[in-house]
Amino acid sequence: MIELQNIKKSFDHGRSFVVSDVSLRVERGQLLGLIGESGSGKTTTLKMINRLEELSSGTILVKNENILLQSPVDLRRSIGYVFQGIGLFPHQTVLNNVAAVPLLLDWDRSLTRLRCEEILEMVGLPIKDFGDRYPSQLSGGQQQRVGVARALAAKQEVLLMDEPFGALDPITRADLQDEFKRIQRNLNLTVIMVTHDMTEALFMADQIAVMKDGEILQIGSPKELLNRPDHDYVKKLIEIPRAKAIRLEELMDSK
Amino acid sequence: MNQNLKEQLVILPDYFQGHLTLTLIALSLGILLSIPLGIWAAQSQSVKRPLLAVISIIQTFPSVAILALIVALLGGQIGVLPAVIALVLYSILPIARNTVTGLDSVPSDVMEAAKGIGMSSTQVLVKVKLPLAIPVIIAGIRTAAVWTVGLATLSTLVGATSFGNYIFTGLQTRNLVAVTVGSIAAATMAIVLDALIAGVQWIVENRNKSIEPSKYRLIRNSTAGMLLIFCIGTVYSILPKSEPDFVVGGKGFTEQYVIAGLLAAELKESGFDVEQRLGLGTEIVYSATVNNTVDVYLEYTGTVWANRMKNSHNPGRELVMQGVTEFVEQVDGMVNVGALGFQNLYALAMRKDRALELGIETIEDVIPVAHNLVAAGDLEFFGRPEWITLRDTYDIDFSERLTFDAALMYNALDDRQVDLITAYTSDGRVAAFDLKILEDPRNAFLPYDGILVASHSASKNPTFMRVLKSLIGQISDEEMREANRIVDVDGGSIMDAVAYLQSAID
Repeated sequence: MIELQNIKKSFDHGRSFVVSDVSLRVERGQLLGLIGESGSGKTTTLKMINRLEELSSGTILVKNENILLQSPVDLRRSIGYVFQGIGLFPHQTVLNNVAAVPLLLDWDRSLTRLRCEEILEMVGLPIKDFGDRYPSQLSGGQQQRVGVARALAAKQEVLLMDEPFGALDPITRADLQDEFKRIQRNLNLTVIMVTHDMTEALFMADQIAVMKDGEILQIGSPKELLNRPDHDYVKKLIEIPRAKAIRLEELMDSK
Repeated sequence: MNQNLKEQLVILPDYFQGHLTLTLIALSLGILLSIPLGIWAAQSQSVKRPLLAVISIIQTFPSVAILALIVALLGGQIGVLPAVIALVLYSILPIARNTVTGLDSVPSDVMEAAKGIGMSSTQVLVKVKLPLAIPVIIAGIRTAAVWTVGLATLSTLVGATSFGNYIFTGLQTRNLVAVTVGSIAAATMAIVLDALIAGVQWIVENRNKSIEPSKYRLIRNSTAGMLLIFCIGTVYSILPKSEPDFVVGGKGFTEQYVIAGLLAAELKESGFDVEQRLGLGTEIVYSATVNNTVDVYLEYTGTVWANRMKNSHNPGRELVMQGVTEFVEQVDGMVNVGALGFQNLYALAMRKDRALELGIETIEDVIPVAHNLVAAGDLEFFGRPEWITLRDTYDIDFSERLTFDAALMYNALDDRQVDLITAYTSDGRVAAFDLKILEDPRNAFLPYDGILVASHSASKNPTFMRVLKSLIGQISDEEMREANRIVDVDGGSIMDAVAYLQSAID
């Protein structure tokens, strides 16, 4: 569904590479967690998929089509994107935020409204209670639910998420992670989710790609990563949730 | 109610209409021009800096200079057009700058989202950036509105009616009631307009916040109400007015206001619809008459002789008159209807008793005693060519030459602190202090005969010309002095002075 072949990105005409030679494949209905620290190139990789950044070299196929053969605007309208900063339009109601892409695609008004109603219901914000509110009247968790609804309103099958739950408090984050996983399964969405939180990746992803300094160190299922980390950095990354789990058990037993 | 105040309030609707028209036309054009400029500037850094720099430089030009330059560029046209152009130029800065600021301050995550969901750059601008920048842009419009209302008072100087007519006439004729009425009217208009735009701004800013609905409705409805009243005012003020038959012009001092008032009154008696445009600069009223925007005004032969014809010699009253008539008619295509009878020129004046005591009738009589006399001049006289000519023509100098503010100069003469002063022959204070004007047999002072200059187009109307001609030779130095005295010394109104002149003529 999404295929990256030897993609590279340089911001200084080839002297250095933020992303150097990344290849990966995400099958339909799969969620790939792209994990790494700041500056590892994970967000740049994500942005190249919907051409918010242009490739320096390599090929990207989305639904078997080369993205460079489509206009950036059309490409972006066909791919859902959940932004790190949420980026809701503060001057528009929840309903209009969600309806943004269908309206750009000239959907019929009543069809758009039906779809928005459906998708808002799905993210737990019934249109009759939330449709007419403005983003400033919502909590952070509710805002990101709207962000997810906006990304899915035009029936996008491919979704890119850039640290979507990073700014939320832990309880809200856990709730949203669960709900999103449910939605993703129900709609059979193909997702690449950038995160720096290994626990999040382990719980949500079907495949995890670990990035460092513009390269992918290892790709595998959560189980494979946990059992056979083939790199010190990967080992270190999965030690963190593991160590936390052990420490929690100790605390509970230490009565 | 005070008679003066009543007279001022009678003309309020006219001035209000003029001021509102100027403000609204200028502000609307300013908005239409500045927002696209601001958008253009915000799109690229290489446009932004130079454009904002140019706009800021326009702002630093003195407003009176801008007005004069625009009149010159329009070939001497006065009235609403040059005033509106100047006001529009001044309104660009706050609106364009706020447009740039508003567009630049849209949060980057919102911009990224707009682009990322697939908006084209035009859609990003129209659907996201502009709506978010609107409160800031409105704040700029608010600033521009207050500036425009204030600056519109200067439109009077180029012949566009505004509350400035109150202020400039009032300052020149020492009518503080008029100045106060004009200032309060302009301030009120600025406050109302500011409140109106503030209401719009509040609504725009709070449309997507949780505000108590009753409060929101209250502010929204009162703003809508004010807006409605303003729209009605706008429609009323831009409805085409009946063009006057003739426009009487005038410069900015008492005598000019009085003669313009007289001309207007006489023309109205003959059934014409007359408009007055007063307080104009010498250059402006002259060129406005050349291009037929003004139909008649009071000019002085010496002014045309020296300022426009660039002459420095003085061939005497007759020849100056002849030369000026030829120049005005043959070079500039206007008509010199004739001299009203009085002059307004520099002259030496003394207390009558002191002149009698020294046996002085003319300046020649001063020569033998000059070294014993103290002379006082206004702030500029001893620096002007008139003084050099006077000194050389009569070969006189005084024991002391003092410089005074004009008002203090007359008092100093009255208190016998000085023997002799430089006065204007038609100054009302010459009459008030009962002074003797010394004759000038050697023509040291340029003649300043008051003449009526009529525009080419108006001079074709025989009735118009007959009315003007009936005034020629009718107003003596003494009568003009008395008319000026009524306003300047007694605090009477222009209409009082006009009534006096009409009775003197009949």
